[in-house]
Amino acid sequence: MPMRKVMKGNEAAAWAAKLAKPKVIAAFPITPSTLVPEKISEFVADGELDAEFIKVESEHSAISACVGASAAGVRAFTATASQGLALMHEILFIAAGMRLPIVMAIGNRSLSAPINIWNDWQDTISERDTGWMQFYAENNQEALDLILIAFKVAEDERVLLPAMVGFDAFILTHTVEPVEIPDQEVVDEFLGEYVPKHAYLDPARPITQGSLGFPAHYMEARYKVWEAMENAREVIKEVFDEFEKKFGRRYHMIEEYKTEDAEIILLTMGSLAGTLKDFVDKKREEGVKIGAAKMTVYRPFPIEEIKALAKKAKVLAILEKNVSFGIGGAVFADASRALVNEKEKPILLDFILGLGGRDVTFEQLEEVVEISKKALEGEKVEEINWIGLRKEIL
Amino acid sequence: MAESPFKADIERVQKEYSEKMTPGAIVYIPGSSVVNKTGSWRVFMPKFNKDKCVRCFLCYTLCPEPAIYLDEESYPVFDYDYCKGCGICANECPTKAIEMVRESK
Repeated sequence: MPMRKVMKGNEAAAWAAKLAKPKVIAAFPITPSTLVPEKISEFVADGELDAEFIKVESEHSAISACVGASAAGVRAFTATASQGLALMHEILFIAAGMRLPIVMAIGNRSLSAPINIWNDWQDTISERDTGWMQFYAENNQEALDLILIAFKVAEDERVLLPAMVGFDAFILTHTVEPVEIPDQEVVDEFLGEYVPKHAYLDPARPITQGSLGFPAHYMEARYKVWEAMENAREVIKEVFDEFEKKFGRRYHMIEEYKTEDAEIILLTMGSLAGTLKDFVDKKREEGVKIGAAKMTVYRPFPIEEIKALAKKAKVLAILEKNVSFGIGGAVFADASRALVNEKEKPILLDFILGLGGRDVTFEQLEEVVEISKKALEGEKVEEINWIGLRKEIL
Repeated sequence: MAESPFKADIERVQKEYSEKMTPGAIVYIPGSSVVNKTGSWRVFMPKFNKDKCVRCFLCYTLCPEPAIYLDEESYPVFDYDYCKGCGICANECPTKAIEMVRESK
C-alpha cells in the first residue's frame, strides 16, 4: 500500500530519487535544495539506498560526476538551484549532447545580482536551450511524481535526454504537505532498471564518448538532439498514461482549469497554478469568464497544446516568474512562436511577477485581470507588464 | 617501400567505418580516428635526403603522430596521409637530412 507522509518538497524529491534507485548521486549543497542530497545521503548511510554518494567541491563537479556515471551506464541523479545550476551550464549541454538521461531536481530560485535565495524560475528558464527536458511541479506530490516520470521519459530509447524537475523555492522546497509515497515494487515495475544500449563502459566493447565533432558531423549530432526532443512529446504523453494506470494520478502537458467558456485564460507554471485556481473560483463567483492553465512540461514546449488552449480564449495572459531582458518573459516568447502562424489567435499578454520571492497576491492578479479586460474591450495595453512593482521606490 | 605498420588497422577501420550519426555521436569502432587523414592539415612537408641520414631514429622516436615508420634498412618513411607537417623531425635531425618545404596545393 502506498504510504502517506507529511513532508517538504525537498524530501519528496529525495524520496523520488530513493524510489528510482540511482546508482550514483553527486551533489553540492545550495539553498534551497540542500535538503535533497542531505536526505539522500541519509538513505545511503542507513543502507536504504544502494548507491554511490559522491561529495564534490562544486556544482560543476556534481554534474560532471553525473555525466561520468551515466556515460559508464548507470542511473544518476543530482539536485541544485540558482547559481549552482548556472555553474553547471556548460556541462548541461554536454550531458544532452552525449545523450545521458540524468535527472536533476531544482528548487527554482532567482539569480544574482542582487543576491536573493527566494523563488522565481530564472535558473531553469535560463537553461532552456541546453537540450534538457523541463518539468515544473505545482506541489510536493508533483515534485515526487515528475521525478519518476522524468527518469522514465529520459531513459526511453526514442529520447535519451536529461531532464530537470523544478519546484518553487521555499513555497514547495520548505513547505510541508501530505505526499503519497508509491510502493517500491510498483515504481520498480514502472521504471525498471536502466540498461543502456548506447552508452556504457565495457572493456569488451571499447567506445569513444564525448569526442570531437568536426564541421562535417557536428550539425547532424545536434539535429539528433532536436529529433530526440521532438520524440519526447509523444513519449511524455505515453508515460503520463502509464503513470496514471500505475499510480492513479493524471498529468498533462498543459492542465486546464475552468477554461471551457473562458474569455480570459491565465497560463502559468509551478506552484502559482494553485493560487490561480483559487483566484479563478473567486472571479467565477463574481461572474467573470475566466480560466487557468498550468504548463507542466516546458521543454519540449507544448506547441500543439498551446494552440488548442489559445482557441478557447480571447485573451491569453501569461504569468511568469522570469524575464529575458530586451524581449519579455520566456514563456510569452515561446507561446508566441506556437501561435505565430495561426489564422485566429487570442490577444497574448505577458505578466512578469513574483521575481526573487515576491508573493503573488490576489491584488496583483486583479491587476492582471483589469489589463486583460481592457485588451478584451479593444483598448490598447502594454504587451509586457511588470506586476506588483513597488513604483514608489523606483 | 615498407608498409605502414598500421595498414591492417586502417583497412579494418575503413571496412567497418560508417558515417551514420549515433545518439551522442558515440564512436563504436576502436581506432577509427585513422579515417581522418590529418595530412590534409599540412602546410610544410618534410623532404627527406637519404644521403645525409645516419639512421639515429630521432625523427622516428619523436614524431608525435606517429607518421614516421622505418623501412627494412631502418631508414625513415614518411606517411603523408597523417603527417601534419609540424616540423619536429626536421628540427631534431642532427644531420639536417630533413627539410621542411612549403607545399603548394
